[in-house]
Amino acid sequence: MNYQSNADLGGQDGCGAVHRERADELFHAPWEPRVLAITLAMGASGLWNIDMSRAARETLPAYRDLSYYELWLAGLEKLLLQSGAVHADEIAQGRRLHAAVPIPRVLHAEEVAAVLARGSPTVRPPRGPARFALGSWVRTCCAAPPHHTRLPAYAHGKRGVIERIHGAHVFADTNARGLGEQPQWLYTVAFDGKELWGAAAPPQRLAVSVDAWEPYLEPASPAEGL
Amino acid sequence: MTEPEHEHSHEHEHERSAVNPLELRVRALQTVLAEKGYIDPAALDVLIDTYQTKIGPRNGAQVVARAWCDAGFRRRLFEDATAAIASMGFSGRQGEHLVAVENTEDQHNMVVCTLCSCYPWPVLGLPPTWYKSAAYRARAVKDPRGVLEEFGLRLPAATRIRVWDSTAEVRYLVVPRRPAGSQHLDERELAALVTRDSMIGTGLPLEPGSAPAPGVAP
Repeated sequence: MNYQSNADLGGQDGCGAVHRERADELFHAPWEPRVLAITLAMGASGLWNIDMSRAARETLPAYRDLSYYELWLAGLEKLLLQSGAVHADEIAQGRRLHAAVPIPRVLHAEEVAAVLARGSPTVRPPRGPARFALGSWVRTCCAAPPHHTRLPAYAHGKRGVIERIHGAHVFADTNARGLGEQPQWLYTVAFDGKELWGAAAPPQRLAVSVDAWEPYLEPASPAEGL
Repeated sequence: MTEPEHEHSHEHEHERSAVNPLELRVRALQTVLAEKGYIDPAALDVLIDTYQTKIGPRNGAQVVARAWCDAGFRRRLFEDATAAIASMGFSGRQGEHLVAVENTEDQHNMVVCTLCSCYPWPVLGLPPTWYKSAAYRARAVKDPRGVLEEFGLRLPAATRIRVWDSTAEVRYLVVPRRPAGSQHLDERELAALVTRDSMIGTGLPLEPGSAPAPGVAP
């Protein structure tokens, strides 16, 4: 099974300088806030979850060529087609041509404020004790699995320290595939800049952390590799 | 009033060619979804208004200013940011699990999402375009000092840079250091010094007496 994420950009060279713009410039065309709103409204429908949504976007072949909200639009269309809620001919013609599928929820205007304020917390009761304690050394797994995951490639096979323990959270890797929430302990793992980049990055006093679910981690000894 | 037929159709033609194809694609999609009963078009307007006018970095600025003024709040903020920030009325989507990280003399914090665009919406609103750009996502974890210099921020060489890559559902808010010479300011005046970028870690708060931030300072 092949899975290609085109969104894992950390550490990639050749991306150029960061271009800033006026602070209040959140949107560049009227369709952009509309795509944001439709995506949020459909996200509340219960037809898919946020991890499926991220997976739909990051696997778009044109990921690197699309603007941010073009990605959202393409991801939304993909999810609608995958879920069977909308058919391709309906998207092409801009009108209803097939019966609607039953959906768990419709977000109504008067509910928006409460739904946004509630959000979708991902913390869950843990299924067992945490494997790692604060301050313990761990090594991240070495390769990307053939599905949506949230360990960036730059942090593969690296040794770091458990800096925070966030409780058990919905596991993105299974939730994205429709395999359920399967909550796992979530940790902030901090790496020394030299561990991540060696001589490939400009020398600077640097530490970088990722938030990693327990299945991404194996115990490591502090002396290992020194 | 009657218009000559040819003029009318010309106008119509012009209007059609001027419409962005993406605008048409989004309108078409919205129509399908509304016709199928999946969305309430009025909810879209509320969502747009919420993120354009109600939820933005002035929320986060109030949190930071309170942390500068109120030792009890500050302690609660670093112990449990989600609860402390909810006590000010800010909570919810893309900020369900918040962590506040403190800049010190030795350490400067900076937040990124290398995998997508995770950002603490309830306190900062929607992320700026540069935060979502390939350049920032690629370079923030590898050469943050170089990125900060592009933002006009030169930190002392001895300062350690601590980058938080938001790879799960925890969202990070940087609490910058209170500017020197701000002792006489009250909480509201302090909040006006807190810029959005200072809460992402790509900037510092304004100095007291510098030009006031119109609405949302970068």
